[in-house]
Formats: sequence, structure tokens, C-alpha cells
Amino acid sequence: MSTLSTVDESAPPTTPATPVGDDFGGRSGGRAFRDQLARVVMWTAFVVALIPLVWILGATIVKGGQIIASVDWWSLSQSGITARREGGGAVHAIQGTLIQAAVTALISVPIGVLTAVYLVEYGRGRLAKVVSFMVDILTGIPSIVAGLFIYALWVTTLGFQRIGFAVCLALTMLMIPTVVRSTEEMLKLVPNELREASYALGVPKWKTIMKIVIPTSFSGIVTGVLLGLARVMGETAPLIILGPYTAVIATNLFDGLMPTLPTMIYQNYSENLQPAIDRTWGAALTLILIIFVLNIAGRFIGRFSKVKS
Amino acid sequence: MADGLAPSPLLPPLEGTDLVSSITGHSAIDELPSGDGRPPLEADRAGTGRLGDRIFGGLATGSGILVLALVTLVGLFLVIQAVPSLLNNEANFLTSREWVPSGAQPRFGIVDLLWATIVTSIIAMFIAVPLGVAVALFITQYAPGWLNKPAATLVDLLAAVPSIVYGFWGLQVAGQYFEPVATVIDRVLGWLPFFEYTGTPSAKSTLAFAGVILAIMILPIVTAISREVFSQVPTAHKEGALALGATKWEMIRTAVIPFGKPGIISAAMLGLGRALGETLAVTLLLSALNTSSAFSFSIFGGGETFASRIANDAGEFDSAQKTGAYIAAGLVLFLLTFIVNAAARVVIERRKAFTE
Repeated sequence: MSTLSTVDESAPPTTPATPVGDDFGGRSGGRAFRDQLARVVMWTAFVVALIPLVWILGATIVKGGQIIASVDWWSLSQSGITARREGGGAVHAIQGTLIQAAVTALISVPIGVLTAVYLVEYGRGRLAKVVSFMVDILTGIPSIVAGLFIYALWVTTLGFQRIGFAVCLALTMLMIPTVVRSTEEMLKLVPNELREASYALGVPKWKTIMKIVIPTSFSGIVTGVLLGLARVMGETAPLIILGPYTAVIATNLFDGLMPTLPTMIYQNYSENLQPAIDRTWGAALTLILIIFVLNIAGRFIGRFSKVKS
Repeated sequence: MADGLAPSPLLPPLEGTDLVSSITGHSAIDELPSGDGRPPLEADRAGTGRLGDRIFGGLATGSGILVLALVTLVGLFLVIQAVPSLLNNEANFLTSREWVPSGAQPRFGIVDLLWATIVTSIIAMFIAVPLGVAVALFITQYAPGWLNKPAATLVDLLAAVPSIVYGFWGLQVAGQYFEPVATVIDRVLGWLPFFEYTGTPSAKSTLAFAGVILAIMILPIVTAISREVFSQVPTAHKEGALALGATKWEMIRTAVIPFGKPGIISAAMLGLGRALGETLAVTLLLSALNTSSAFSFSIFGGGETFASRIANDAGEFDSAQKTGAYIAAGLVLFLLTFIVNAAARVVIERRKAFTE
């Protein structure tokens, strides 16, 4: 670089100072300018997109970090603690969120994976098209509508109470489409030669799917499930309709209300008192932590996938 | 058994751009089996007759039909429960601004809800679509190799933050910085009824700010889908443009964006579908209108969307009549998102037909 600049300085003043590169490209100033401008715009867009992420994480950590960095937070419930008072923990809500997520996964993973198997391995003709279309529609159903539907079914029609299991049903509706879509992608990536080799050995189709296709795409499917789970764990709308908050530990899905982190956030936010606001930030940080751990675990497992997208 | 097969040399080179032939633009992905309407896998006869095959095939088909039934049931149930309330409604459901869903003479209509829902979603689209497309272009065309994947992951992580946290953050932290923005917009464009900012409700509780937060929330969807189509642009198109002397930006304008256009449109639609139904962020932010207040066209007004009205009143579903009114509102929201998503799907399908 330095040699170049000395050459430039020693050159006679009559020589035009234009660099050779621009002459060669034949670009007018306007075109080069627009090109540079576009480059700047794209970089700026990326930085702008990151601002909210950094800001939200920063704010949540700053305001919620202190409250969750105590033993109480991870070992006590909010039983007997009014909004005015500090103290208590979130263990009731964490338990509720984890239990509901586990049951939701237990219901939606078999249905989702089997539907994906149907779409990739069996589906043909009109029915497969309609099912695929319906999965898309299910993906787009707003979570509050899923909550309303389960309310209309569970409470209004069947006459049951608002319990934890009803929440799981609503979350299942939201999780099935993500599992179907991600599993479908993974199954499609399994090379056809593997299936053909298996068939050629006389292995029945169902065994080929169970022993070849699904194991080959297994870690990809797990990734999809974890990402889907991370998504439904943060859902609040159906919980507000179907699973109101309670401050005590409740682990029975079939009896009584079940507290969760999202409803804990909603409840404490609406109290509008400083101790409750602090708890809201704490619950928000806890929820984000759980979701991010699932997300990162999912992406990490995806790295071991035998098929890559 | 499967483990023995894993490092098979049969695995096609699925990573990177080798996937797409630079001459024909034909993608190796096209060779892979697909469920939606393409010719099924060969060797289907492998599944004839055996008990295990019939059970497994039946289970798979059954799950598919279950999903189909689920969506149908959603529509059916919402209609069945909404109709009695709608029949009792003394006001016009589509044109009334009132919302008194209980009592002997219930009167409720959706005008205010529809307005707030559409305004917030459109504001979100106006911000998120250009920004999302730019971020997708950055990730696929501009980012240095080491930054590609981390950048995509970071933007995806925006989708992992729960809706309610966005709302709370908007209210407690970010909202105050919207006050000067609203004031400036009012000063410049305030003579238009759409941009009149009176100071009540405060800027963070307006439709405009709810739209901004929604924009952040749908940004990852718009980016992810645009990114996917941009990365599928045939290398030959790009190289062709560059070989003709185009600058990078001209290459993007003439090769990448036209190829990705249907993808951008469907990304926008899917983002819109998400924005229409987004609940908690909007519920926390928006300040509800007084029942007697005059209708305002301003984006700096308050209001409630379909979703936020339902969430706000979720504790009050005590009578069938009242619940029915909210379910009717939910049904309209379901139809809106259904139409938007179906339209997005049609656009994607047409693009598939075009590229094959």
C-alpha cells in the first residue's frame, strides 16, 4: 500500500489520478455510487435488525437478572406473596411450563411425524395435496384462535373446566404444523437410493421407513421438534383463555388451574406495582432462557444430521 | 443397521451451491421425492399386503386425515358457536362500532376491531417487508462467508422471543423513545388525518407503535422466506449478469430480485398473516378506546385488534351469548388469516410450477 501511494505522489501532475480499475470496469460514477449505496443499505438493514434483539435481551437481563440470581427464585412459589411484597420464586410457573410443554410434545410429535411420513412416503393425488394445504393453514392459525377453538370444544361444548390439559390441546394444534413441516423437509433429504437398497433386500416399506428413513433423518427431526417446542412455550394467548394463573404449585394437568411462565408474566404485569414488575422481568428472563436453550440445543443437534439442507 | 448406512457414498453432495447446476439452473432438490402432488416414490409395491405395512400406512394416512379434520373442525366449531349470538345481535355485525355482547339486547360489531387489526398489520408490513428483504439480501449476497450462518441464526432468534415479552419491553423500555418520533411525524404530516398525534393516548399505546413492534416480530419470517428464495437463484443468472458488466447491485436488481419476487410476495403475505393474529404484544401495548369516543383515522389513536379484544376479555366468557360474540370475532380473524395464507400458498405454488 505504502509503495503505491509514493508512486502516486511522485507521478507528474498531468497524469490523471483515476485508478486503473475504474477505467477497466467502465463504470460511470453514478453506477458505482449506487452499488456502494446498496452495499451500505444492506449492512445497515442487518445492523438495524439486530438492534431489537440486543436491546430486548439486554433490558431483560439487566432488569430480571438480579431476581433470578437467587435460590428462592428456583425453589419457591408465589404462594402467599401479594403483588406489593417482594420475594417468592417462580418454581410453580417453571414446572407448569415444562409439564405442559412435555405433554404437548408427547401428543404432537407422533401425529406430526406420522403426517410428514404420510406426505413424503405415502401421499399422492388429491388427498395429499389437501392435507399439505391444511398443514399450511394450521401453520397460519393465530394462537388466540386455537385457544378459542379449544375453549369452544372443551368448555362450551363438552362442559369441562379450564385445566392444564386443555392448554396442552391448544398448544398441540400450534406445534403439529411445525413438526410436520420440519420433518417433511428432513425426510425429503433422505436419498432415494437408501430406500431402493432397502427394498431390493426385500425389506417391507414400513420397516424401511422405521429403520432407514427415520433414523437417517433423526437428528433433523429432533431439531424440528425442539424448535417447535421453543415456539409453543412462549405462547401466551391460548393460556389466557384456557389456563389462568395461580400463585401456587400445581402439577395435576387434569384438575384445577396450572401456573405457567407466560401467565405469570401477564398476571404480574397487570398488577403494576414495582415488586410485581420486577417479577415480570424475572419471569420473562427465565422464559427466554428456557426457550433459547431449547433453540440452541436444537440447532446444535441439527449439526449432527446425516442429511443436510 | 441405519448407522452402517450413514457414511454412504450414495449421499448426494447436498451442501453449498454445487446443488444447482450452473448451466441449466436445475436443482438437485428437484430430484428428491416430495409429498405434494409429485410422482410418489418408486417401489411402492414393497408395501403391499403385509400386516405391518397396512397398519403403518393406515397410521400415517390417519394422521394426515386428522390434520385435515382438525382444520375443518376449527371452522365448523367457531361457526356453530358464533351463529346463535350473531342471530341475537341487535346491531349490524359488520358495520357497528358498539361492543356490548351480553344482556337482553346484545349489540356488537367489528368495525373498530377490523380497523385496528388492519392498520397495525399494514404498518408492520411497510416496515418489515423492505427491511426483511434487505436483511435477506445481506445474508445471501453481501455477508462475508463466516457471517452467513450466524447472521441468519441471530435474525431467527428474534422469533424465539415470546410475544408477551415484546409487549412488555415495548411498554416499559422502548415505548418512551417513540414519543419524539410521533411528534415529528405529526409536525410534518399532521395535516393529514392519518398522522394526527394529539398526545392521548401516549405514543407507546398507539396503533403506530403496536405496528412497529409487530414489524420486529414478523421480520424473522419475512427474512427467512426471502433468504430461502434468494439462495435458490441459479448461479448462471448471477454470473450472466456479472459477465455483462453489471455491478453487484445491478446483478441483484436484474437477476436476484426478479427470480425471488414470488417468494418475496409470499413472505409478505405470511408475515401479514402472522401480524393479523399476533395477540399479546398488541394487547399489552394498545390502549382501548372509550366506548363513546369518535372514530379516528389516525394511526396515533388507540384501539383494540380482534386478538387483543379477545385476550383482554378472556376472563369474562360467562354466558354462551357473550362467548359467542367473541367467537364470532375470532371467526373473522380466522377467515382473514385463512385468506391471506391461502393466497401466499397459491403464489408459492405458481412459482413452483414456473421453475420446474
